[in-house]
Amino acid sequence: MSLLERLFANIWFTGAVKVVAAFALLLVVVILLVWIERKVVADMQNRIGPNRAGPWGILQTVADGLKLLFKESVIPRKVQLGVYLAAPIAAMVPAFLIFLVIPVGRPFHIGETRVTLQVTDLNVAVLFVLAMSSLAVYAVVLGGWASGSKYPLLGGIRATAQMISYEAAMGLALVPVVLLASAQSAGETGLGAMSLSRIVDLQQGSFRWMIPGWFVFWLAPSFVIFFIAAIAETNRAPFDLVEAEAELVGGYHTEYSGFRFALFYLAEYLNMFNVSALAVTLFFGGWLGPDFGLPPWIAWVMPLFWFFLKTFILVFVFVWIRATLPRLRYDQLMNLGWKRLIPLSLVWLMVFALVTAVRTWGWPWERVAG
Amino acid sequence: MVELVLFVIFALAAVFGAVTTVWARNPVYSALGLMLTLFSVAVFYVSNGAHLVAAVQVIVYAGAVMTLFLFVVMLVGVDRAENRKENLPVQRPLALGLLVLFGGAVLVAGRFAWVTGPSGGRAREGTAEALGNELFRRWVLPFELTALLLIIAAAGTIALGMFRPGEEGGEEDEGEAA
Repeated sequence: MSLLERLFANIWFTGAVKVVAAFALLLVVVILLVWIERKVVADMQNRIGPNRAGPWGILQTVADGLKLLFKESVIPRKVQLGVYLAAPIAAMVPAFLIFLVIPVGRPFHIGETRVTLQVTDLNVAVLFVLAMSSLAVYAVVLGGWASGSKYPLLGGIRATAQMISYEAAMGLALVPVVLLASAQSAGETGLGAMSLSRIVDLQQGSFRWMIPGWFVFWLAPSFVIFFIAAIAETNRAPFDLVEAEAELVGGYHTEYSGFRFALFYLAEYLNMFNVSALAVTLFFGGWLGPDFGLPPWIAWVMPLFWFFLKTFILVFVFVWIRATLPRLRYDQLMNLGWKRLIPLSLVWLMVFALVTAVRTWGWPWERVAG
Repeated sequence: MVELVLFVIFALAAVFGAVTTVWARNPVYSALGLMLTLFSVAVFYVSNGAHLVAAVQVIVYAGAVMTLFLFVVMLVGVDRAENRKENLPVQRPLALGLLVLFGGAVLVAGRFAWVTGPSGGRAREGTAEALGNELFRRWVLPFELTALLLIIAAAGTIALGMFRPGEEGGEEDEGEAA
């Protein structure tokens, strides 16, 4: 035990362990996600879905992944080789990096050493997430351009415009979260209100009666805006104009095959998972949840259980929306982003800032009188 | 030691990116070079403890500005050959002269000891809280004026884009917009 403690006191060791664990976790999650999506969509469309590989077809994704790994990677003649090869990697890197700042469970102690279940606890984590999600667009744009073919290029151009539009709404939807967090932690020192672990801690306790103190009960409009923008940011239906099959063949990844295509595919699902995990962390109390007074050896697992339960519920909503709504037209997409979501989030931000100011300092005339 | 290694790697990357930006024939590679430079600078911010500035740098420049550049480049047409005729015959000698001047300035500047603020650095210096306090208390007027300037520039661009000179009814529209 002493050796373990000494090992975990070393930040390089802890860091390496956490990174490897996060990497493995994400890969397993993606395998599950693809299967869940195919099964749920199949159910909603009155089909059976994958049912051959393993029980309930759960190994279908593994089989598909292996198939893609062994397929020939065709490189078309007119590609810009360097960028063409780099684009799938550029899709993966931000997707993995976002997950590093999300706390997935309650910190625990090995002897004296505190081990957090998140790779790093940045004091600007909210901004870091926005930065990484804004980099995700490059993979799509550059992949589309470097393919040297018209459909991918059109997909890439659509991606730029779409992602810029919805990034603004996404960022604005997150400002009230930081505002609420800093208002609730007023006067306390420590990590700032943009640290995700701090935001989770602040959601402890209850809102009213039996309702938990999750931020979504204060910030429901923010959550709705965030979720819509997140669907657009991850290029999921109904905002998947980037890869609209009916118009653009495969969109930006038309010219990719084999493992490079698999990387794009993986990144899409990782982003969906990340965004859900982020929404859970910011609005639904992260890993917080009752442990029902279970004995310690099992209660330790409960935060992880709650985190993944909540995240997979949101992932289910993603899939549900995909199976339900038809794809938007391009002008509808732009209208929704610039003329609805951004003004709405600005108005909501101002209303919420006003409420927070009054709650913190009281009405201005009261202050003058008192 | 780690800081030095990081500095050397990313300083080289920054210079390489800057050279690529100017050198590349294809505008997309120029944009990529500029992005490399922006990233390297963000790494410098991180190694100096200014995490907030680094994050904002990546969001605003790498995330939004460069995406717009790429958008415009692709919309205008990536494969269009660049017109390599030089309109200003003096620009090459002028550039060389400026380079010599700049080199001289660097040499001269290197001989001075610079005032660099309190050494050691406090842990909370680069946090959003510290920066926000400075920005919205002490420097609130310059901050708001800068914001106003940007709004004016944006509005001006739209006005210039929408109403071309010599167009019918342009003036009436302009009056309404104002």
